[in-house]
Amino acid sequence: MAINVETTMSWFEKLMPSRIRTEASHKRAVPEGIWAKCPGCNAILYRAELERNLEVCPKCGHHNRIRARRRLDGFLDPEPREELGAEMESADPLKFKDLKRYKDRLAAAQKATGEKEAMVVLRGRLKGEPIVAAAFEFEFMGGSMGSVVGERFVRGVEGAIEQGAPLVCFSASGGARMQESLFSLFQMAKTSAALGQLRARGLPFISVMTDPTMGGVSASLAMLGDLNIAEPGALIGFAGPRVIEQTVREKLPEGFQHSEFLMDKGALDMIVDRRDLRDRVSELLAILMRRGRHCAAGNALSPPVVG
Amino acid sequence: MDLNFLDFEQPIAELEAKIEELRLVGHDNEINIAEEIERLEKKSRALTESVFAGLSSWQISQLSRHPQRPYLLDYTRRLFDEFHELHGDRAYADDPAMVGGLARLDGRAVMAIGHQKGRDTKEKIYRNFGMPRPEGYRKALRLMWMAERFRLPILTFIDTPGAYPGVGAEERGQSEAIARNLQVMAGLRTPILCTVVGEGGSGGALAIGVGDRLLMLQYSTYSVISPEGCASILWKSADKAQLAAEAMAITSERLREQGLVDQIIPEPLGGAHRDPDAVALALKTALSEQLEQLQEIDLDQLIAERYTRLMGYGKFKE
Repeated sequence: MAINVETTMSWFEKLMPSRIRTEASHKRAVPEGIWAKCPGCNAILYRAELERNLEVCPKCGHHNRIRARRRLDGFLDPEPREELGAEMESADPLKFKDLKRYKDRLAAAQKATGEKEAMVVLRGRLKGEPIVAAAFEFEFMGGSMGSVVGERFVRGVEGAIEQGAPLVCFSASGGARMQESLFSLFQMAKTSAALGQLRARGLPFISVMTDPTMGGVSASLAMLGDLNIAEPGALIGFAGPRVIEQTVREKLPEGFQHSEFLMDKGALDMIVDRRDLRDRVSELLAILMRRGRHCAAGNALSPPVVG
Repeated sequence: MDLNFLDFEQPIAELEAKIEELRLVGHDNEINIAEEIERLEKKSRALTESVFAGLSSWQISQLSRHPQRPYLLDYTRRLFDEFHELHGDRAYADDPAMVGGLARLDGRAVMAIGHQKGRDTKEKIYRNFGMPRPEGYRKALRLMWMAERFRLPILTFIDTPGAYPGVGAEERGQSEAIARNLQVMAGLRTPILCTVVGEGGSGGALAIGVGDRLLMLQYSTYSVISPEGCASILWKSADKAQLAAEAMAITSERLREQGLVDQIIPEPLGGAHRDPDAVALALKTALSEQLEQLQEIDLDQLIAERYTRLMGYGKFKE
């Protein structure tokens, strides 16, 4: 193939460095944003169709990342909805500065995403039943967990307890937020402890891990689901693949740290396609909450242990 | 250059080598050089004081992982009247990077659990540089549950670069093992007293670090990521570790200012490795006092206070 390209090239093109040559040959013929190329199967997709399909490729089923609000919007009933902890913002306790100020990084992330922080928590209904649903916003500093994410998650847990409702969390995060240092690390303990309260009250927590769920988020709330569910092909793990490769100095096994791999190793209950999540979670919760046809009230089963 | 000394310790080390030399000469000869030795010792002390008065966060981070720093098993034999090590997670393996056992502190029965690093190359490898795998965390969890059952207070000792980032560790659920510990420790019905004695490396440290009190040895550190790791991500260069160490507030003093640490245990001049007996004694006193206070609190109240403490972590505006 390379030879063919060579022969059709003009002498001028041959003189140009290859980097420039590639750019020139990939001139955009259409305005940005109408078409999208699937990273899974390289199919050219109509952007609007992809959106309708919850960012899942209709050709090969590749799950692209999806924004937190869009995710919750597709998951919950249209109403009622109430956002928890919406006004919260990071206080930058360490006045952290690396190459940029943390404050500026936050402002830039807020501007780029339209979100105040990397998690959205909504109280609403799923097919008529009360539920609290949280979603990480990966576009906001890699979905990293700092004080606000931790506190919003806890408000979600408290909201669920208040209503006697289950909690669902869609994680998409690189881990703890370095700019809040130990405050971030301790969010792992905070969120895990709060989930203990939900557990003690017999309310289910469903953790849906999406691409990627790594580090401190994976090693706290995400792995503590009564049900651990993952979307297909998501990267899920504690240490990043590059860190592991550097440590063990060998090639990582095929599919390492992907949903299917974790399922095989026993870390997940199931892998569910994003387009089926609403139905599936609703059915699972009905069983865990003992609702529906064969779970008549007043049966012989004792109520969940409280306290 | 002696590899057992950090760069900023070198001038002190050289001076002390000279003193040692003089002592040997003194033994051999009749000449009285006691005065000279005394003069040099005074000089060495003054030098150490001045070096240690102005330590940077990065230097403290180096001290926290000093090759001569006392490790858990150096403390257990100094702290406890008895220590019976217990092994295994009952599911997969015994992880030598995590050590735990039944112990007596001033006669009081306790469960002691902590990370263990190795001293020489062979032991370092055996202890996996103090980086536990899931079975290490699960062993710790098993022992903590046992402690609750027999109403033993738990003492944990934190000293790890982090949880091991390896293929097997991921396969066996490193994330889940850490997360489970965090959740169980938050509700465990027995007092938990956590002390960072060396390196408090991220989730791998926190996984035995949830409790009622957090103590830190003076030159220990606690952070979400190593200064080198932080520097290579945020500064795009591991050489900027000094800046990262400063920015992340990883020292006992900075963390106490932030309200995250309850008590700092002072180390002897020059650091814990210069006098392990002295630091062990200071640690023992602190642990005994804290434990006495914790054991006076009613269990329900203790658990409620622990929960309030955990929920208080974090700073935000609303």
